[in-house]
Amino acid sequence: MNKKLSKLLAITAAAALGLAFQSVAAQNKIVIDGSTTVGPISKAFADYYSENHPDVNITISESGSGNGVKSLMNKACDIANMSRFMKPAEFKSCVEKNIMPVAHVVAFDGLAVIVNPQNKISTLTLEQIADIYTGKITNWKEVGGDDAQIIIVSRDTNSGTYETFNELVLHKKDVAKNAEYVGSNGHARTRVNTTKNAIAYVGLGFVDDTVKPLSVNGILPTSKSISTGKYAIARPLYMFTDAYPKMGSDIYNFVTLHLSKEGREIIKDLGYIPVCE
Amino acid sequence: MKDYKRKNPAAKSLIMDRHNSAFKAFCQYAGRSMLLAITAIPTISIIFILFFIAKEALPFFENFSYVKEFFTSTAWTPSKDADPHFGALAIFYGTLMVTIGSCVIAVPLGVIAAVCLNEILPHNLAQKFKPVVELLAAVPSVAYGFFALVVFAPILQNHGGAMMSIASIIAGLPIALVSSVLIGEFFAAKLFGKKKSSAKKIFRAAFPCAAAALVFWGAAELFNVKISSGTNALNASLILAIMALPTIVSISQDALSAVGRDMREGALALGSTRFEAIFKILLPCAKSGIAVAIILGFMRVVGETMVVWMASGNALKIPEPFYNFFEPVRTLTATIAGEMGEADQSTGSARYHVLFAMSFCLLVAGLLMNAASQWVGSGMKLKKK
Repeated sequence: MNKKLSKLLAITAAAALGLAFQSVAAQNKIVIDGSTTVGPISKAFADYYSENHPDVNITISESGSGNGVKSLMNKACDIANMSRFMKPAEFKSCVEKNIMPVAHVVAFDGLAVIVNPQNKISTLTLEQIADIYTGKITNWKEVGGDDAQIIIVSRDTNSGTYETFNELVLHKKDVAKNAEYVGSNGHARTRVNTTKNAIAYVGLGFVDDTVKPLSVNGILPTSKSISTGKYAIARPLYMFTDAYPKMGSDIYNFVTLHLSKEGREIIKDLGYIPVCE
Repeated sequence: MKDYKRKNPAAKSLIMDRHNSAFKAFCQYAGRSMLLAITAIPTISIIFILFFIAKEALPFFENFSYVKEFFTSTAWTPSKDADPHFGALAIFYGTLMVTIGSCVIAVPLGVIAAVCLNEILPHNLAQKFKPVVELLAAVPSVAYGFFALVVFAPILQNHGGAMMSIASIIAGLPIALVSSVLIGEFFAAKLFGKKKSSAKKIFRAAFPCAAAALVFWGAAELFNVKISSGTNALNASLILAIMALPTIVSISQDALSAVGRDMREGALALGSTRFEAIFKILLPCAKSGIAVAIILGFMRVVGETMVVWMASGNALKIPEPFYNFFEPVRTLTATIAGEMGEADQSTGSARYHVLFAMSFCLLVAGLLMNAASQWVGSGMKLKKK
């Protein structure tokens, strides 16, 4: 019986050692966390990058810009995707934890204000949108539509999309109390697609034929109107790293992928606007 | 053991030597302490969770002006840098509303289903139904949430009135008919005595007719209700009720089957009908078990996050009027899930601590409910003695 036990022990020990060795010889890893808006870009980049570098293991989570910073400052990720710039407090706590955040602007994104395709409205001014979201305008007929109550759909306050919208459109005023909050861009699109009187805002990449983007101040959100600065609700999208990555490293290659021709194609395909033509 | 060995040398070969028995004793000791340690893990983790949440909530509760706002105001703007507000009254109300709504749906359904499974259906059929009901508990909550958002919300928006009027006929008509017949019998016996007469017959028939008319009128009224947004308190309540059902059904059924056969047979032997046996004997006997089932189902509803985050609309206000289930509401759990990412942990801001204050309130509610279920459950055992 003792022999059996020692045999078992030996096998277990061998297995444990084997596991330990395996983890030592792990592949190169890039861990990415953060914004759900930048997420699709990272995913497409990761697919493209791991095709050419099969030894690199890329993990991507989408937990919102705020969580991205947190992961970066706790060294839980290598790249933090963000759809807004870091706040001073976040920057400060990063530095306190010996993390030096460096921003890489990978693309531009316009926030499209979307309504149901059945809605008569196709254009609103920035002030009208702000009035709708702050609760001053509650009925579609006040902006020339049908006599129906406006269902306001907003992203959750956790998201960079909310922060950008709140800053660029609402100028940091409070969102109306009857606004509904949803957890992701896709979720917002679903709500608008299934609700006739809803209005929401999503990243340009999420606009498809199930919803209708409104022109803001008479200008439709297109890649041209955004890259020329005509469309009012646009923002840069960031990837943050801890210090500038070592040239030639996998992280360096990843955060500079958007500059290459293929990277620009990927960004265009996703509906975002590349930084350089 | 030594005495035994000395007296019976023949038994020596059957008994392990001292070295071996010491080893065995050690093994036994080690095994027991390991089991103790394993058992202690959940207990210790509960204590740690309590301690951690209380520790993180304390900085918020220390500031009295915040606490007053927390419980009395509906202004919730924690993300503002200057002059943030932490009024969680609407959020507390939303939690209460969704919980009550789902309990109102789930408790009668669950208890009736348990009675049906245990008392009315033939045994082999019940054996087939029960696993199916319990399967509801295995569906991931995000799948329920997705269903609520993508399938149920549009249906509620477009055909909400029709759906509710059909539901009110299906649920309301039998209840109204049965109760009106009983009430009719009662008054007919009082007014006309025991004699048979045509007036009595008409009088008795008038009650169910009136009840049916009332139900149909209500259904017609409901038919015209327009629901502007499908993600609302009703949606969340319904989906949560479905999620709480397996808990309520299976625990209530266990409680009912724990009532002895003698009770059932005694009741029937004394001439009671099946209805009387169930309502006057079995349900009162199993009432503490059923109460525990309800409390556990209630706790499931209060703690659920993903479904309410996706289905309730998350609007930060108390519905107008306060009983309006067609308006979006927000619950404590959804708020915690939604705000956690931006709440600045490193700077220890009030926005971070207020979420822990909410968790603390939920935890206290959960502990109270748990204590209540323990108390009710022990009441059942005492009575049996």
